[in-house]
Amino acid sequence: MVTTVDQIFVILQHWFVGYLPAILQPFAGVLLNVVAIVVTFPALFAIAVLLERKGLGRMQNRIGPNRVGPYGILQPVADGLKSLTKEDIVPFRADGVVHFMAPVVLVVVVFMGFAVLPMGRNMTLVHMDSALLFYFSMGACTELAIFMAGWASRNKYSLLGAMRAVAQMISYEVPLLMSSVAVVMITGSLSLDKIVEAQNHYTWGLPHWYIFTPWGLLGFLMFAVAATAETNRSPFDLPEGESELVAGYFTEYSGFKFAEFFLGEYVGMLSISGLGATLFLGGWSAPLEILGFMPSWFWFFAKIMLSICVFIWLRGTLPRLRQDQLMNFAWKFVLPMTLLNLFVAGLWRFLGDGWVRWVVCSAILVLAYVFVGRAEMHRKHYGPRSYRYAE
Amino acid sequence: MLGEGILKGLAETAKNFAGSFVSKERMTTVEYPEERLPLPEASRNFPFLVYDGTDWEAGLRCVACQICEKECPPKCIYIDKSKDKKPDHVGKMQIYPTKFDIDISICMSCQICVEVCPFEAIKMDSEYELATDDRFGGLLLDRHQLAKPNEYYHKIHPTEAAEVDARLAEEKVKADAKAKAAAAAPKPAAVPAAKPAIVASSVASPKEGEAG
Repeated sequence: MVTTVDQIFVILQHWFVGYLPAILQPFAGVLLNVVAIVVTFPALFAIAVLLERKGLGRMQNRIGPNRVGPYGILQPVADGLKSLTKEDIVPFRADGVVHFMAPVVLVVVVFMGFAVLPMGRNMTLVHMDSALLFYFSMGACTELAIFMAGWASRNKYSLLGAMRAVAQMISYEVPLLMSSVAVVMITGSLSLDKIVEAQNHYTWGLPHWYIFTPWGLLGFLMFAVAATAETNRSPFDLPEGESELVAGYFTEYSGFKFAEFFLGEYVGMLSISGLGATLFLGGWSAPLEILGFMPSWFWFFAKIMLSICVFIWLRGTLPRLRQDQLMNFAWKFVLPMTLLNLFVAGLWRFLGDGWVRWVVCSAILVLAYVFVGRAEMHRKHYGPRSYRYAE
Repeated sequence: MLGEGILKGLAETAKNFAGSFVSKERMTTVEYPEERLPLPEASRNFPFLVYDGTDWEAGLRCVACQICEKECPPKCIYIDKSKDKKPDHVGKMQIYPTKFDIDISICMSCQICVEVCPFEAIKMDSEYELATDDRFGGLLLDRHQLAKPNEYYHKIHPTEAAEVDARLAEEKVKADAKAKAAAAAPKPAAVPAAKPAIVASSVASPKEGEAG
């Protein structure tokens, strides 16, 4: 019974594919999985948008949308219909083809990432040995889509937004990769299935997730920062800072193309949350051994939605960074910490079991956090300026 | 240490989030169509015509003198005088407007018509839900739509309405005394007496303008 619920989607797929001729079966199986992904994540996107609007409202002591349906739960439907029926405007001087392609590329590339994420026991679309590499190469393509959008619009705000986006995403791509490399070092594999398997065992009923080790905790924090920047989320939403750049790279987009950017952004958040959960939070494994009776896919999606809530919480709390603060933070704090984390992960591996490695690794990381934080991130106090030529 | 401020901020928003479910005072939103704040007494929007008694047509205070029509800066008032006379609410014979239209799509809510009206017949309304799907006909209000009872005026602007009522009562007392004193004489009542004053004032204003 427990395994039936756990494997319900796999069983359903086999049952359905069984009706087809043998030649079509592998093809139909993959197609069915793709359809499931393409349906599930936009649905989660709708829920995430609703959660965001209600949650942000509550954080600002407002009510949030409550007009469409009971407690406003049909608001995403209304939003979707609105964006579908709006006029699609393409600027006269824009590069029509690239302008059209940009949102399509973004959405396609974002959905490609889900191909390798293990969403439950036996629920990975493509079992790839270099899954993590594939994921990051797909993630890097979103920069291309964003730059296409900014460049093809022939609008200074779009271009500025796109240039900011590219600068930011390339800067944070490095720590994002570096923080994941520690996981790969410990697991000894780039395969996300193997990474989940390596975390999916328990001592005294508690899981062996990587976040519960010193290097894993720091790695997760740095990964979270880099992931927030990578998905252009507040407080790193400079590329679309509406107070400065209208809407950044999608200033010139309207109607359904705008909705596609919106979808791409949120599905990107869901996807990178899924990767974070897989790398550090044990993927689809249950948080306690006694909770193992619940289906594995439930835990995966619960972890995703939890991190979406944290994204929303951060957005409700933090003001937007300035460009120089953003860059300083990436290169002077996050990158050194992730590099040190690689070293610590190696120490952790070679110090063997026991309490020594806990003390040594934690001490190194805490000291580094305090001192790097103090040295690199202190506020500069500017004195009164003197003008040499103006007087 | 780095990150302390972020934690403090997160605690603050979490407090807001939880508090908004618990305490009503935190929520400042007035959910408009269901609940609405009372309007301040001085609020004003577009003019309406005051009538006394219960019959709007008989009780209309307006005597179609057309001062408001002439004074209106954007020219949004249109009045047709009647040929005949009919008794107003106190029984005096008066001409009356057969047509009194205000185009509220043009009206700029300046209140000049109210200031110049010698008969306290036109006053400012505070009605603001005037949206319509017919932008020409729907925003052109005729005298039936404009006519509202004196009780309504008391409801929306109580202080002002009380002053107006007191002034009217005083004038009525004076007029009655005059009528009694000149009981033998034929009847040159208040209306002809009022007219020269109006002419004088309307002549005076352009002169002031030239001097300026």
